[in-house]
Amino acid sequence: MTLTVVRPGLLTTVQDLGRPGHAHLGVPRSGALDRRAHRLANLLVGNSARAATLETTVLGCAVRVRRPVVAAVTGAPCSVRVDGRPAAWGAPLRLGAGALLELGTAARGVRSYLAFAGGVAAEAVLGSRATDLLSGLGPAPLAAGDALPLGADPAGPPLAADVVPWVAPPEHLVLPLRLGPRDDWFAPAAVTTLAACDYRVSPASNRIGLRLTGPVLERAVERELPSEGMVLGAVQVPPDGRPVVFLADHPTTGGYPVIGVVPEDALSAAAQAPPGTPVRFVPVPGAGW
Amino acid sequence: MRALPVGLDALLIELDGAAETAALHAELLRMREAGQLPRVREIVPAALTVLLDGVDDPRALARQLAGRRVPALPDSAGEVITVPVHYDGEDLPAVAALWGVGEDEVARIHAAAQYRVAFSGFAPGFGYLTGLDQRFHVPRRAVPRTSVPAGSIALAGAYTGIYPRSSPGGWQLIGRTDAVLWDPAREPAALFAPGHRVRFVSMEHRVEHRMEHSVEHRAEHGSEHGAEHRVEHGVAHGVEPR
Repeated sequence: MTLTVVRPGLLTTVQDLGRPGHAHLGVPRSGALDRRAHRLANLLVGNSARAATLETTVLGCAVRVRRPVVAAVTGAPCSVRVDGRPAAWGAPLRLGAGALLELGTAARGVRSYLAFAGGVAAEAVLGSRATDLLSGLGPAPLAAGDALPLGADPAGPPLAADVVPWVAPPEHLVLPLRLGPRDDWFAPAAVTTLAACDYRVSPASNRIGLRLTGPVLERAVERELPSEGMVLGAVQVPPDGRPVVFLADHPTTGGYPVIGVVPEDALSAAAQAPPGTPVRFVPVPGAGW
Repeated sequence: MRALPVGLDALLIELDGAAETAALHAELLRMREAGQLPRVREIVPAALTVLLDGVDDPRALARQLAGRRVPALPDSAGEVITVPVHYDGEDLPAVAALWGVGEDEVARIHAAAQYRVAFSGFAPGFGYLTGLDQRFHVPRRAVPRTSVPAGSIALAGAYTGIYPRSSPGGWQLIGRTDAVLWDPAREPAALFAPGHRVRFVSMEHRVEHRMEHSVEHRAEHGSEHGAEHRVEHGVAHGVEPR
């Protein structure tokens, strides 16, 4: 074991690119919510994008490494300390054996990513080390005292980056929305309502979905929808009329109509939007077959 | 068959009934196996739809599938999974009352039907099984239970399901099984996949049956899913035929 959890924070999980290809068995893709930040963290330590990182939520975390290793922190900006001394966010950090690495509370955004050269080598389930909170697959969320193995150093050197791209967490979250497959189950006014900037991210949001507060989306069709397949980014509208944007741990089938789908590219920003962030959807017509 | 757009890289194909949906799902798996489908990340059947997700050009795939003649799925298609059951669920009296029969008769009727896994969801390894005659469809419980034990066999609407792990649930519990629905360390992890056929065997009736016809029984059902072991288990614990 080469890493010990000193402070798990609010919710720190092991994440990678998830386990696609198993939705027909009720297994969602899961994986890092801000995939852009996950990839960047891996890049900075010389890993492939598939290596597992730690995803923290709001309050950061603290870990002690048992051997020398290169680490990097990306995603939500936060204070980074090595053995109590300030260290760089978004850059490779060389940690000695026994070093304590601390990530503070996110200054902006929600989720920070912590990569180690070689990746977090927790046991894989169906080809992925991701923690799936809905399905209960993968390693449990970190707890104080947990020990995690790290993989062997990757072949590649850490990235000597002059500039690290960082997309600021949104003041206003703007989500493109490709309408369908069930936009015709809603009153025409529902699409207008969605576009009118009245929604906010609810504190009840989690890895399953970005829950929103705001006006109710009125249905045109009131009958029950038989269960159907759900995709990442689907905007499902439960009976209370408040849309939920499905994130990585979403259910694979569901019985409420999906008014539209947010493209995957836009979901990294959704993963960094703290409760209270105003949300505006930009609906575009579906393919119109 | 109607294709609906889902985001940028998926499409939902809507069908007229559960049988058509099962047939299209089987046909899509066959086409994929034969290299006749473009790259697709997920094929997810559900009640009256099949979702194709992770497709480069969903519009082209919709055109390819439009108007395609899909052969009906023969009853004999699909791997058979045998599930041993103790019909002693907490809602057995309620289901018996809804069906207007005795509790023993619920077990007999339920075990006599032929099931197919229509789709999965809710939790890894949870299959929505069709096959119970419409007369026997029951509503969900008015108040869901906060915890349903793993292995519970339950009814809701047109479906039978088995809880792969302990979880909240509103389905009517009629029995339980020792069968392991989901084990990530096993290959395949899920006992049920869409398209599988499922037979429920009452442990109580089975013990009685085995005493009379042990040789035929073994030959017919085999021990692939540990059914024989579980019969022994039942006998050892003194389960009596009802």
